Amino acid sequence: MVEDQKSIRLRKILAHGFMIGFIILIMFPFLMVISISFREGNFSTGTLLPQNPTLEHWWLAFGIPFERPDGTIIQPPFPVMLWLWNSIKIALITSAGILALSTTAAYAFARMKFRGRGAMLDTLLIIQMFPGALTVIAIYAIFDALGQVVPWLAIDNHPALILTYLSAITLHIWTIKGYFESIDPAIDKAAQIDGATPWQAFRYIFLPLSLPILAIVFILSFIFLINEYPIASVLLRQSDNMTLAVGARQYLYEQKYLWGDFAAAAILSGLPITLIFLFAQKFLISGLSDGGVKG
Amino acid sequence: MTLSATIPATSSRFSLRGLLGKALIVLAGFGFLYLASGLYLLGEPLFALVAFAVGALGVVFFWSPRFYTLRFVYPAIAAVFLFILLPVVYTSAIGFTNYGSRNLLTLERVQAYHMSQRVTDPASKRPFGLVAEGDGFRIFLPEDAARPALLTTVISGAQVTALPLSGPPPETLPIKAIIQNKALLATLTIDTPNGPLTQSGLRAFASSQPAYTPGENDTLIAADGTVLTPDPDQGLYVTPEGEAVPPGWRVGVGFANFKKVLLSDGIRGPIFKVFVWTTVFAFLSMVFTFAVGTGLAVILEWRHLRFAGLYRVLLILPYAVPAFISILVFRGLFNQNFGEINLILSTVFGISPEWFTNPNLARAMLLLVNTWLGYPYMMLLAAGFLQAVPQDLYKAAALEGSGSVRNFFAITLPQILPPFVPLLISNFAFNFNNVVLILLLTGGGPDMPGTLVTVGRTDLLGSFTFRLAFQNSGQDFGMAGAISTLIFIVTGAIAYYNFKAMQKYAAKKGAGHG
Repeated sequence: MVEDQKSIRLRKILAHGFMIGFIILIMFPFLMVISISFREGNFSTGTLLPQNPTLEHWWLAFGIPFERPDGTIIQPPFPVMLWLWNSIKIALITSAGILALSTTAAYAFARMKFRGRGAMLDTLLIIQMFPGALTVIAIYAIFDALGQVVPWLAIDNHPALILTYLSAITLHIWTIKGYFESIDPAIDKAAQIDGATPWQAFRYIFLPLSLPILAIVFILSFIFLINEYPIASVLLRQSDNMTLAVGARQYLYEQKYLWGDFAAAAILSGLPITLIFLFAQKFLISGLSDGGVKG
Repeated sequence: MTLSATIPATSSRFSLRGLLGKALIVLAGFGFLYLASGLYLLGEPLFALVAFAVGALGVVFFWSPRFYTLRFVYPAIAAVFLFILLPVVYTSAIGFTNYGSRNLLTLERVQAYHMSQRVTDPASKRPFGLVAEGDGFRIFLPEDAARPALLTTVISGAQVTALPLSGPPPETLPIKAIIQNKALLATLTIDTPNGPLTQSGLRAFASSQPAYTPGENDTLIAADGTVLTPDPDQGLYVTPEGEAVPPGWRVGVGFANFKKVLLSDGIRGPIFKVFVWTTVFAFLSMVFTFAVGTGLAVILEWRHLRFAGLYRVLLILPYAVPAFISILVFRGLFNQNFGEINLILSTVFGISPEWFTNPNLARAMLLLVNTWLGYPYMMLLAAGFLQAVPQDLYKAAALEGSGSVRNFFAITLPQILPPFVPLLISNFAFNFNNVVLILLLTGGGPDMPGTLVTVGRTDLLGSFTFRLAFQNSGQDFGMAGAISTLIFIVTGAIAYYNFKAMQKYAAKKGAGHG
């Protein structure tokens, strides 16, 4: 290829300049939040490097009362660590459940013949786009009724939320099914000849062979669940029961605006999730291009 | 075969595990039966039927070897049915009722509520004091004009007897003790010579009677003889004068909610505006994220660019941080009075835009934030699709002396667009219903003035409906259900179209390779 050395150098400078400028713009919110979390008070403004850095917001985010130099003791406004624990607990349990439901279904769709198979698969793909936020009225009504028969399924209980989230499997069934179909049919044929039931073939052959895709599905659903707001905001009412996504909003009400406290809590709770994502992003990219939309 | 070693021998039919399995199935069956009958008794026949059907099918599938295959799919399909399909259908059904904060209960529960109300007889009211007796308490009712002083036995259980007291009145405890024992006193009945008394207010006991007694045909007869008749059209009890007595129950109202949404002037106008903005928002979000994401991906692909890996990780960050945190961060940064963005703008340019009160600025802010949130996803996708573009095309173009901009529009874009289309459509559908962004960033505001229901200038159809159902004072589930139904139809159409587009693309790709 014929390319002018001088023009390439100019274009290189332009490209790097653009990238660095764009990244600074993109990173601005993150840098601001880090700076704000070390500032004094909840309203004060200041430079990017705080003049009188304080750990007050960080102590409060960890749930430890903070003593100011003048002796006043500030109590943590919200149970951030409890919210984080609730979020992680719900996301872990549900992701495990989602994995169990979607692998078994995907196995049947990939390897078994039964009536309505094609129609069910197509329906799953279309259902996947329906907005969950709009069915909350019905979900609220369902658990309002269920709770009067079985108290632990009532509104404001985590099992109600977990049960609802278990339905977020439509896309995962498709993803895992695609992976299962790529496994050589000769393997399960051989197992069958040796007397293995389909369940045994699934449990001892398919599951061990598809660990990578199971990890992707687990992480994708974990991230989705951590982020879910509308359903959780309707089903969870008491402060102690809230997930992070529902609780975090409470920092920024007009009447009670805790900007500094929010900044520290946001970093503290966002960091582990961000790290999980960055760690897993190489695996995730292939899963994403199969049609998953983060939501 | 080496595989056989890892597979345990098939268990015999009457093994312990088999029995345990059957026992579990029976147990689960009884669980569902209990749930179904409970729901039926509660007055929820639809939920009862669904619970029964789901349980019965489950028991049949897991019991009979004939349905072995279905055991694998059934739990997943049941979950999708119960918590996606049923809610969609039920939400639509609610659209045909007047379900809302005013008509929240079932007829049975409304009757039970009315019947549990009591009216007190003011003449029987008498003050009381709490008297300590060891660890327990007695209740002292002081003497008044018509009645002698009474002292009860020590309280144990829900009923005590009061006996006339001669002699000096005992020492009573301060009001604090009454407040501390509120729960105990609230359920207590005192038997006196003039009949039973229950607590009436914090400081007095009085005799009370049910406010209503049941009459014929579900009517209720009030203590003063007024007859309340149930009005099946409104779902409320009404007095003979036609005055409604809340609370009400759910009744069907036919297409009334749909008519309101589609025909009534006060609502149709704002909803149409919301619909237009929803479409514009979803379309522009899709275009902006696609443009920024693809642009960045193309630059990162350039083989002369060093540090591309580092740039890529930094550019993905907005996608890696949980969205609800980023959105709330932007909510703070854009704050009109002490947000950092306005701080910078006012020092540099001397302006301080009203991001949350000016509708156009609020919309611009939403698009800006949504582009920030969404471009990394597009960038990742584009990077994947760029790998599939044949390099020969660029070589040929270079020989022709084509520039990079022309290369992009003549080669890259036409090559990556077809596989992108289904994903762009899902992205459109996702943003069409991007309720979380709106609820967390603007909350729908600023509100349009002079509308019958609260409608915000930045509301999407979804967030508007969500607020109608859960945030505004008059929770109107019926109307929200009707609008949701319309949204389901729109989303369903998009989803179906997308599905067809994907099938077409898959067929084309298959044909191309085959």
